Amino acid sequence: MTSDQLLFGVFPYLCIIIAIGGSIWRFTSDRFSYSSLSSQFLESKQLFWGSVAWHYGILGILTVHLVGLLIPDSILWWNTVPMRMYVMEVTGFTLALFTLVGLLFLIYRRFRHARIRAVTSRMDLVLLGVLLIQVVTGLGIAIFYRWGSSWYAAYAVPYLWSIFTLKPNVSLVSNLPWLVNIHILNAFVMILIIPFTRLVHFLSVPVEFAWRPNQLVRWYKREKVVGPGV
Amino acid sequence: MDVRAQVSMTFHLDKCIGCHTCSVACKNIWTDREGTEYMWWNNVETKPGTGYPTKWEDQEQYKGGWQPKGETIQLRVANKASTFANIFHQPHLPTIDDYYEPWTYKYSDLFDSPEGDDQPTARPVSLITGEHIDINSGPNWDDDLSGSMIYAANDPNFNGLTAGQKEAFFELERMVLYYLPRICNHCLNPACVASCPSGALHKRGEDGIVLLDQEVCRAWRFCISACPYKKSYFNWKTGKSEKCILCFPRLESGQPPACFHSCVGRIRYLGVVLYDADKIEAYASAPESELLERQRDMILDPHDPEVIKAAEESGVHFSMVESAQKSPVYKFVKEWKMALPLHPEFRTLPMLFYIPPLLPVLGYIEKGLYNVDTNDYFTSLDKARVPLKYLANMFTAGNEEQIQGVLEKLLAVRTYRRAEEVGDVEAGKLEEMFKKTGLTAEMCEEIFRLTALPTYEERFVVPPMHREAAAELLAEDAYDFKAEVGIGGFKDRPGRGS
Ligand code: SF4
Ligand code: SF4
Repeated sequence: MTSDQLLFGVFPYLCIIIAIGGSIWRFTSDRFSYSSLSSQFLESKQLFWGSVAWHYGILGILTVHLVGLLIPDSILWWNTVPMRMYVMEVTGFTLALFTLVGLLFLIYRRFRHARIRAVTSRMDLVLLGVLLIQVVTGLGIAIFYRWGSSWYAAYAVPYLWSIFTLKPNVSLVSNLPWLVNIHILNAFVMILIIPFTRLVHFLSVPVEFAWRPNQLVRWYKREKVVGPGV
Repeated sequence: MDVRAQVSMTFHLDKCIGCHTCSVACKNIWTDREGTEYMWWNNVETKPGTGYPTKWEDQEQYKGGWQPKGETIQLRVANKASTFANIFHQPHLPTIDDYYEPWTYKYSDLFDSPEGDDQPTARPVSLITGEHIDINSGPNWDDDLSGSMIYAANDPNFNGLTAGQKEAFFELERMVLYYLPRICNHCLNPACVASCPSGALHKRGEDGIVLLDQEVCRAWRFCISACPYKKSYFNWKTGKSEKCILCFPRLESGQPPACFHSCVGRIRYLGVVLYDADKIEAYASAPESELLERQRDMILDPHDPEVIKAAEESGVHFSMVESAQKSPVYKFVKEWKMALPLHPEFRTLPMLFYIPPLLPVLGYIEKGLYNVDTNDYFTSLDKARVPLKYLANMFTAGNEEQIQGVLEKLLAVRTYRRAEEVGDVEAGKLEEMFKKTGLTAEMCEEIFRLTALPTYEERFVVPPMHREAAAELLAEDAYDFKAEVGIGGFKDRPGRGS
């Protein structure tokens, strides 16, 4: 087995399996620890600039990645006209810039305030490091390779599908520039650390809130009781 | 009719001596952990004053509670859409500085300092960062500081008072204060529950206690802002919110909550009331002037056979109904209409009711001696030191008539007792007061007894919580849980390792 096969053919599965297994294990054995661990209560002003920019940026970027993953042809088709490709690249670049600025703000804030340092764990630092690598490499791809988005659709997406369908096709990505390869591998690291960091909070997006009634009541069991009144 | 039982409370403010025993009892049991040092699920604040957290009553700042919107009401802090939009940074969240930064002292310095010319001191260090801090706020920082231009002068309840009335609070001869002990109100229309994106907060169906399920909480922080009483707190260490649980483990074993049990002034009463849950939304949306009346309407007469029948059909155990029949809260709130909710205009339908303080009448200084109008000592409201408007802002959404009605009842009881004990009250005067307040001599006697001489069992009518039945309700066979450990979720049986 070559190192490429190890990195792109085996490592992703390891990450995904550990992530899924770990998240389930943590959810069943230590549900209390599932939390976004917000530190807004200790410092609010700087968090605004960091957290809002980061989250909206990353949500935009993930959405674009997801669209590409599901309908890669849409991106290839879009990019057939050079002007449109620039729009795509610039949009991606702007969103990435948002995430980078947000992330740098968050990192600065975490080191700057004694109160925030007091609630910072080792895994928080690991997480920030992994995210920083991901954003910087992503941004690098957008800057140095103007056709990055087409590559994603043409090579990375088929590769990802080959992973999902259990027929990993390593050759699709192993020859891409190293910057892209780091981006891909680090993405799997990001998945890997989900159950070990506060990233678990994105597994509990409170969708149900959108339609649930205002008041919640929990009963042990509610049933008519026969007493002197009835 | 959807009848439910609610464990509710009454605090008699005239009896509170501001000793903070309640707060300390609570702290020792529930909030002596890291991350909770700053929390006071029970706190006692001085009124007039800014309270805890500072100026919590000012909803322009904190955005707590509900506000009318068309025919109905909506949370002030966020609607459904803005909850999602603001989940990454909640714009109205108070920070720890609105409460205070918890601290301790570096006592070891007292022992470890090298010999020198000066006494060593133990400097304060933050309990969060461990670094030295200068303390400029703390628990009960404005205790007894009525008349202070820093604290009392910023009391949000001064809204609507004339300049003269406001000034009077700060004249030495007129200075006045009373204490306001506060816990979670276990509201019928809790804003904390409605705001929680995760659905962690909920009301217990059987007794109406509002609880926060920490296994479901994800630190979205909306409850902190949404509760207009600021009785949901954020644990900065665990990243979970926490709140008063009304000592439900104590209630389940037949004891009143610790703050009730330990209350030195014996100001606290606890008992069940039955209410009609179908009315919650409509009544919480009523015009401000009707809120108090509507909330009283919602509470049902536990002696009424119709109510009893409906209660059982709605799954309320008859033992709860029996308990409600003996409830001191029912008497104070519904029968005598003397206990009032705190800030009904927040529209959460709080179920902790306060009997407002009948503060001393105004004194004056003459020839260096302090005097009062003795003739009118027991009967004058016009000369009360606290303008009715101030009390009205706290307890009746600004309606002075309603607060006056309650104070007149308190006066009537006082006058009745004076007639009994001292006998210097003209018969006509008492009759007149009875007529005005709708009280009778028997009622006054009963109010007096429940106010001044109640036994432990009369103050705390703890309902049977049927904890024993809870296990049966969770499974077909109660023996399923045999030998299991843990509370709540029933954890696994402790097994032999391999
Ligand atoms: S007082 Fe606040 S925390 Fe308690 S039930 Fe009401 S809204 Fe919720
Ligand atoms: S223990 Fe009772 S009397 Fe003392 S402060 Fe608390 S409520 Fe008031």
